[in-house]
Amino acid sequence: MKILVCISKTPDTTSKIAFKDNNTKFEEAGVQWIINPYDEWYSLVRAIELKEKDPSVIIHLVTVGTADAEPVIRKALALGGDEAIRINATSDDSFYVGSQIAEIAKQGGYDLIFTGKETIDYNGSAIGGIIAELLDVPYVSLATKFDLNGDVATVTREIDGGEEVAEIKLPLVVSCAKGVAEQRIPNMRGIMAARTKPLKAVEPAAVDALTTIASYELPPAKAGVKLIPADNVAELVRLLHEEAKVI
Amino acid sequence: MSVLVYIDHSDGHIKKSSFEALSYGAAVAKQLGLPAEALLLGTVTDDLSALGKYGVATIQQVNNDSLNHLDAQVQTKVIAEAVQSTGATIVVFSHNQTGKALAPRVAASLKAGLVTGAVALPDTSSGFVVKKSVFSGKAFANVNITSPVKVISLNPNSYKTVAGDDKPASVNLLNIAVEDSRVKVTAVNKVKGEVPLTEADIVVSGGRGLKGPENWGIVEDLAHALHAATACSRPVADSHWRPHHEHVGQTGIQIAPNLYIAIGISGAIQHLAGVNRSKHIVVINKDPEAPFFKAADYGIVGDAFDVVPKLTEEIKKIRQ
Repeated sequence: MKILVCISKTPDTTSKIAFKDNNTKFEEAGVQWIINPYDEWYSLVRAIELKEKDPSVIIHLVTVGTADAEPVIRKALALGGDEAIRINATSDDSFYVGSQIAEIAKQGGYDLIFTGKETIDYNGSAIGGIIAELLDVPYVSLATKFDLNGDVATVTREIDGGEEVAEIKLPLVVSCAKGVAEQRIPNMRGIMAARTKPLKAVEPAAVDALTTIASYELPPAKAGVKLIPADNVAELVRLLHEEAKVI
Repeated sequence: MSVLVYIDHSDGHIKKSSFEALSYGAAVAKQLGLPAEALLLGTVTDDLSALGKYGVATIQQVNNDSLNHLDAQVQTKVIAEAVQSTGATIVVFSHNQTGKALAPRVAASLKAGLVTGAVALPDTSSGFVVKKSVFSGKAFANVNITSPVKVISLNPNSYKTVAGDDKPASVNLLNIAVEDSRVKVTAVNKVKGEVPLTEADIVVSGGRGLKGPENWGIVEDLAHALHAATACSRPVADSHWRPHHEHVGQTGIQIAPNLYIAIGISGAIQHLAGVNRSKHIVVINKDPEAPFFKAADYGIVGDAFDVVPKLTEEIKKIRQ
């Protein structure tokens, strides 16, 4: 059983979001980089749990990024996983990124590919679906529970207003959301072991990006809260009715 | 060349988010001087010709009942073939659970540039630039799609439904073979009789300030008076006071209703990431220092157990 876990580096949740070069680039100065929380908490940890149950499971991590992504990949290796592959490229186009990972997946013959439900920077929720299509395998998006019995996965996923449980024979791509696993903290042994785990850099396949980011913008600032005295709830209702016109 | 809008449905009914997608697709088509069409996989009990009022002239339908269940792999093949046979160059989805499963696959299949979570009509003055929400609602990116075929998924509640004159749409049946699904669905658990959170215009949400699940009556009463959906913060779901599918925030569901009422929620940055696209935010919290007030449009500093029942009464009065 070989599992490929897709890892993305993202700015920490509490980072100040600002742009530079005429609003065409994200301002990285002072930003703390972390493993995209959905990649870390849900997909990576679930893969590690599967390996703990069955030590013959092999976990590879993959990221698309330049050398500055390596500290984040090492952090992921400190949690678990046998080795990591870094595709030496940077892109904000989901087709480009998905194609690169699909290429690695084809070469590696993985039974299972995990992604997070989205990254917290681009909020694309796209990479898993693109990989699955390029490999022509089933895709379960927004999984909240994942179990494996031989080569059949039992996956629960979010649907509008509820959930659905399905059984699917591997190979399979799954995007993982809350519920699949619980967040873990790496221990000292893991951090030490991660230093010597193989981290291989490979050059990207020739793929054309299909989108480019022209510019960024920040939402208009909020006008500020209008406080209404607690003993005058009728005034709030009046404002919602007459000013905001939402009720 | 045309714009093709994917119609999402469940239990025989077309979802509200699809009316937004249809209105959006029709506006994109008008902007580019192209026809707007809709694509329905499976069958519904709703009257399809009535979709004409959203600005689409033709509904392309693959009326195979097995498509009523979503298998992204199977549906993608059908959609790709429908795109080819109708000559569509722009495909529009809703950025909901269905769209998240389908849009990336369809884009990859068609080698089409993809923008998920679009919040506005494209700017076609130079290129094809679509504005989308990024950094969990804290910014927007203007993304230029450079490929000939384009796939866009529209954030729910970002584009207003536009219903024009009642010109009925015609239905054209497409004969496309459907593969067998490799996904065996064993259970579907749907919450009955409640407004689905992602489709709700108004959401009433409770946090730790409510002290325990036994106190949720005041939240439910207010939601009932407003015909709203109920939601909760992460600690509430983690403590099993409320079911997980009600959890809104970064790790839960992201919503963008017209009105979000937060009761006893402090407003941690992770919670805001799930609700900051709401059009109007009301915060009720007894702590005047709660960070949520900074993100709110209206606020009441007060005890929820005192304020919320009064609010429900006032709403009932105005709704009468």
